[in-house]
Amino acid sequence: MRPITDLVIYEEDLSRINACLSALQRKARSAAVLLIDTSGQLIASAGETDALDAAPLASLAAASIAAAGALAQLLGEKEFSFVFYDGERKRLHLSLIGGRAILLVLLDQNSAVALVRLQVKKFSREIEEILTELSRRPDPVAEGGSPLSKITDDDVENLFGKG
Amino acid sequence: MSFINYAAREINCKLVYYGPGLCGKTTNLQHIYKKVDPGAKGKLISLATESERTLFFDFLPLELGMIRGFKTRFHLYTVPGQIFYEASRKLILKGADGVVFVADSQLARVEANIQSLADMRQHLADQGIDPDKIPLVIQYNKRDLPNAVPIDEMQKALNPRNLPWFEAVASQGIGVFETLKAIAKVVMQELQKKT
Repeated sequence: MRPITDLVIYEEDLSRINACLSALQRKARSAAVLLIDTSGQLIASAGETDALDAAPLASLAAASIAAAGALAQLLGEKEFSFVFYDGERKRLHLSLIGGRAILLVLLDQNSAVALVRLQVKKFSREIEEILTELSRRPDPVAEGGSPLSKITDDDVENLFGKG
Repeated sequence: MSFINYAAREINCKLVYYGPGLCGKTTNLQHIYKKVDPGAKGKLISLATESERTLFFDFLPLELGMIRGFKTRFHLYTVPGQIFYEASRKLILKGADGVVFVADSQLARVEANIQSLADMRQHLADQGIDPDKIPLVIQYNKRDLPNAVPIDEMQKALNPRNLPWFEAVASQGIGVFETLKAIAKVVMQELQKKT
């Protein structure tokens, strides 16, 4: 097994995750849904995400959940099950999935919090199952060998050469 | 954590700049932000106090180009250096793929560097990351100051394993990209071993 800190996703994994996120977004009548790793990496998203600056959003959501977890421990709680931000026009619902991922649901004026909470609970189980499967999968080998196994220092140099 | 998305052909890596208070972690990120093409960077997010000391972290996403057909993203973070932000430092190390330890070269900061390095090792271990195995690069910053400790002494105190190291004056941009490039290379080498 590879270390739990790594996540490798293939086409079929992403399709399953995207299907879940889209269904959640629709059924919860939310504006957008993001699945984020607890270290702050965006895994997948659904809904109106074009206008969102996803990288910092994912990073700050992970920080917020991490801070909530640390606060919970200070108060003798195992965890706080969700974090909610209530703005004038937008609201954010953040929740932890099985300690390994974060579900961010962006609510607009048409969304009902109770409905979001209900659907998040339902879909969290499904997403957790997928993530558990991914983490248990043996080391993946891409068809014909991974192109990443051929990365050289020159490849990295070239990245910076353009800057 | 490295996140490899074969479906979208993307590699995402998390790099953390660690070091004692006022050693120049944020200055490194600010210089990178200033110099990288607008299309290759996202917003620089700084969660700082009114006096511009880092409160939680700085965050800079970089998308520098393609490697072997994979869009390669580096997410750069700094930790707050001040001693009392220990809990925040620990959280930010979660899932790190590589660390740049920024040491302050001034004589008066020798002890702070040693303490910060020990603190980093402990926090990495707490996050389930082996501090002897994670890609790590050392940057000796503020080399322009008159009270800078000679490099061989700093090496003895902070780099007994002779990991890649760089002299820097981050405020002038000296050594900043050399350090970033070095940690990117070590992280990519590590990634290769896993694929």
